[in-house]
Amino acid sequence: MPSLKDLKIRINSVQSTRKITAAMKMVAAAKLRRAQDQAIAARPYAERMARMVAQLAGGVAMMEGAPKLLAGTGKQDVHLIVVATADRGLCGGFNTTIVREARRAIRRLQSEGKTIKLLCVGRKGRDQLRREYARLIVGTVEDVAKPRLAFAAAERVAAKIAEMFEAGEFDVATIIYNRFKSAMTQIVTIQQLVPVPVEEKPAGQAETSDSVYDYEPEEEAILAHLLPRNLAIQVFRALLENAASEQGARMTAMDNATRNAGEMIAKLTQTYNRSRQAYITKELIEIISGAEAV
Amino acid sequence: MADKVDFELVSPERLLLSRAVEMVVVPGSEGYFGVLPGHAPLVSTLNPGVIDVYENGAIDERIFVGGGFAEVTPERCTVLADEAMPVKDIDRGKVEADLKRLREDAAEAKTDAERLSAEAAIAVAEAKLAALTA
Repeated sequence: MPSLKDLKIRINSVQSTRKITAAMKMVAAAKLRRAQDQAIAARPYAERMARMVAQLAGGVAMMEGAPKLLAGTGKQDVHLIVVATADRGLCGGFNTTIVREARRAIRRLQSEGKTIKLLCVGRKGRDQLRREYARLIVGTVEDVAKPRLAFAAAERVAAKIAEMFEAGEFDVATIIYNRFKSAMTQIVTIQQLVPVPVEEKPAGQAETSDSVYDYEPEEEAILAHLLPRNLAIQVFRALLENAASEQGARMTAMDNATRNAGEMIAKLTQTYNRSRQAYITKELIEIISGAEAV
Repeated sequence: MADKVDFELVSPERLLLSRAVEMVVVPGSEGYFGVLPGHAPLVSTLNPGVIDVYENGAIDERIFVGGGFAEVTPERCTVLADEAMPVKDIDRGKVEADLKRLREDAAEAKTDAERLSAEAAIAVAEAKLAALTA
């Protein structure tokens, strides 16, 4: 049975924890609004871009001398997995779900005999993956969202991916991130970055007019422009979605934590009051029985 | 065949315009081109310049783009702009100030990459001014 003093200390400590989690929730909610607006505003551009590149890919990939970023190296032996997580914790299952998905992908590909390389964006993902797959991690990018997520940060990541690809260090690149659905729900998403995924044309659809494009200037010049930009845009989009998801996850987690702390305080206060009452009663009994004995 | 073309203009920040229009004129890197329904499929890079949206044979909206890509199919025209704003929202004073600062940057640039990026920004700013006077 804890003493009254112990209980009091305990209550005070939980109360200050609750203050912290409540404050974190407010901060996350404020940041969420901004991140969410940014993520949703960026969606149309990224989607149109992906559609445009996918259509181009369908027309050009078969040709000889197509840019490698578009058509791939023709092999599938080395996979680069970009694991995009947060730099900070205390956001519920946010980082864990991404890492779990990454592990699953790694195992699946390894069982198929592929070589895996990992590029970690965000500190938490690296920390969790380092235990098991330290030898696979080829690079880490941190602090992408400081002070706020800018396109330049995504370009840095994309440039790194492009550079590794040019150097022939991998054949296929995918990115794993959390797509923002709402503050409560985030969807773990695996997206292939390199080579560009080619859309399967629905059977029976005439592709006569769609697949033959005129190019201004020549297609090499356009693709040389378009492909690195597409890569940067897709990475940027993933990072934006991730940033919004992180804040959403943190808000939910902190909301739960605040509520739990409240419940705990209520329970502890009840125990405290009961013990105090019991203590008073006990003293009274002692005094009365003492007086009777005289 | 439809007598309208589905025109979409998106920038990284937002979707600016998405509706069926009669014709759009887009500043391609090898000259302005007009897009009517049934246009041959085309992919083009864009120069900084103004997109004119035509309704009933007259210009309905004018939007400045700072470069990007356009994809044209017989049914639609999609413009992915690096930067986009309606011409009427351009602030002449601000652009002139930017231009002055950028010229100084270009003059002071130490590396080729710095100079090139400053020059690209100058081209965009000059195109903005040209859009205002046109």
